[in-house]
Amino acid sequence: MNRFLLRRTATTLVTLFGIVTVVFFLVRVLPGDAAVLRAGPYADAQRLAEVRAQYGLDRPLLEQYGSYLAGVVHGDLGTSTVSSGSVTYELMGRMPASLEIGLYAVLLACLIGIPVGVLAASREGGWADRVVRVLAAAGSAMALFWLGLLLIYFLFYRLGWFPGPVGRLPTGVDPPPTVTGLYTVDALIQGRVDVAWQAARALMLPVLTLVIVLVAPILKMVRGSMIEVLGTDYVRTAKAMGLPRREVLFRDGLRNAMLPVITAIGIVFGYMLGGNIIVETLFSWPGVGRYANQAIKNHDLDALQGFVIFVGVLYVLLNVVIDICYGVLDPRIRLGRRSN
Amino acid sequence: MALVGTARVSRIRSLNIRELASPRKHPMALVGLILLACYILIALVGPAFVGDPLRTSPAEALTGPSAEHLLGTDRFGRDVLARAVVAARMDLFVGVVIAVAAAAVGSLVGVVAGYAGGVVDEVIMRVTDVILAFPGFVLALIIVAVLGEGVPNVVIAVAVAYSPYFVRLTRSRALAEREREYVDAAALSGNPRWRIALRHVMPNSLGPAYTQATLVAGWAILDVAGLAFLGVGIQPPTAEWGVMVAEGANDVLTGAWWTALVPGALIVLLALAFQMVGDDVQGSRR
Repeated sequence: MNRFLLRRTATTLVTLFGIVTVVFFLVRVLPGDAAVLRAGPYADAQRLAEVRAQYGLDRPLLEQYGSYLAGVVHGDLGTSTVSSGSVTYELMGRMPASLEIGLYAVLLACLIGIPVGVLAASREGGWADRVVRVLAAAGSAMALFWLGLLLIYFLFYRLGWFPGPVGRLPTGVDPPPTVTGLYTVDALIQGRVDVAWQAARALMLPVLTLVIVLVAPILKMVRGSMIEVLGTDYVRTAKAMGLPRREVLFRDGLRNAMLPVITAIGIVFGYMLGGNIIVETLFSWPGVGRYANQAIKNHDLDALQGFVIFVGVLYVLLNVVIDICYGVLDPRIRLGRRSN
Repeated sequence: MALVGTARVSRIRSLNIRELASPRKHPMALVGLILLACYILIALVGPAFVGDPLRTSPAEALTGPSAEHLLGTDRFGRDVLARAVVAARMDLFVGVVIAVAAAAVGSLVGVVAGYAGGVVDEVIMRVTDVILAFPGFVLALIIVAVLGEGVPNVVIAVAVAYSPYFVRLTRSRALAEREREYVDAAALSGNPRWRIALRHVMPNSLGPAYTQATLVAGWAILDVAGLAFLGVGIQPPTAEWGVMVAEGANDVLTGAWWTALVPGALIVLLALAFQMVGDDVQGSRR
């Protein structure tokens, strides 16, 4: 186990280093002048020189890279050109809003995807299986921006069942004092059921949009991996011993099919980290995704660079957690006999 | 004869249109192929039958579907049907080019890594790991943001994000293929290593890449349209479905659904067509 962890930590560090390096040099390849971008198009030569000195742009590229890298190691992702604020600080402030959508969406997608995938696999080739396969294909081919707009049009504009895309709470409702940063949880801690309900209502449409898309890869992976497991000798033996169908499916089947499912959950998180830019933009949700979108609109490359590194690091760490789960669940991996 | 036999094994796994079109074996793939054929037809001949997708007429802004404008007009009074039909060319082209580019570059690199092994393999795989460490859409986003606007830049950005999948697929196949007898036979006949890699190992390692390319074409169309929706990559007033959705998004909230929901549906249906073909072939291999 220790050797497994050690090796994993080493490769993770190399990847994290790679992320920062790739993004830093990618942004420096930019054809435009970084100083002009910061000082504005009407700045004269003297102002440009001041800006270059202020941001350290007059130093050699490798020196800039060194200090940026040192900053990232200390959790400093740079300074936003537009707001002059710390990118790390601004991202952290927006993180709870994104987490609130993300956690509910992934949780719901698993709660729906896993049982339905098991059901489809247990009736392979039947009509239920065909419906699930078509639905999973449709989910994989879904465009988030269109789906969100469609739901807003029908469920808000036409039917009025859900609040419009105006953010986390309706105007006039004060957010609850911050404990976790999740409005639904914080409001309940305060005993404000009405505020929690408002926050939950605002969450419904963006979460529904994400769930429809996120459930597809989970369905596919659960179905595929279950079909494989259900064809094994030990499942046949369990059936032959007369064990109840449900017990065979969930105890012998699902538990052994869980590894690929965990991989699928990792993929889903990665998809969400990109998809939340679109969902948060559509629903005026003040999270990290909308921050990225504003950075694009304002040509704030420093903020965008910080966001991309932030997302990359999150994604890598998430994959480490998944790998450790693998190791815990499957002793063969822990002992270093991972089949590739 | 045995050598021919081994070389054929992987051929069976590649896309075979005639096999796909049999409704009993692959009902989903057949529906997908028919859909794709419709899109290709629209892209080829459609633009000849509709008006100018860029002609504005402010007096007719945001009128609903009518006999004159079958799908209504957008906020600049442009004909939505004309724009949607002309956009078919752009979106199909972009999706296919990205899939082919990512597959070609990725597979070539993958074969080199798998066949060469050693340090070359190690370096290539570490670079792939770093690219895969970003969610694809986010990586494409920052590449386009840095490269700037325009169709070629989006194609490069999205193709870069997808190429690692092909590197991994072909590498693992190449690793297995290079142990086969026909490789020894080719080496004994005096073929140089590069020739064995490209002429013998590569064609036999490509099977899974064809299916993957079908899936990637669909996803690439979604990504390009998503980037256009965010305002990076393909820019207005180009007739492209993602641009149309972005331009019409606010009008949907005042009831003009045809401006954004119609082009969005066209994107999803096209992506679904690619998905159905790719999914069905991939599923039948298990």
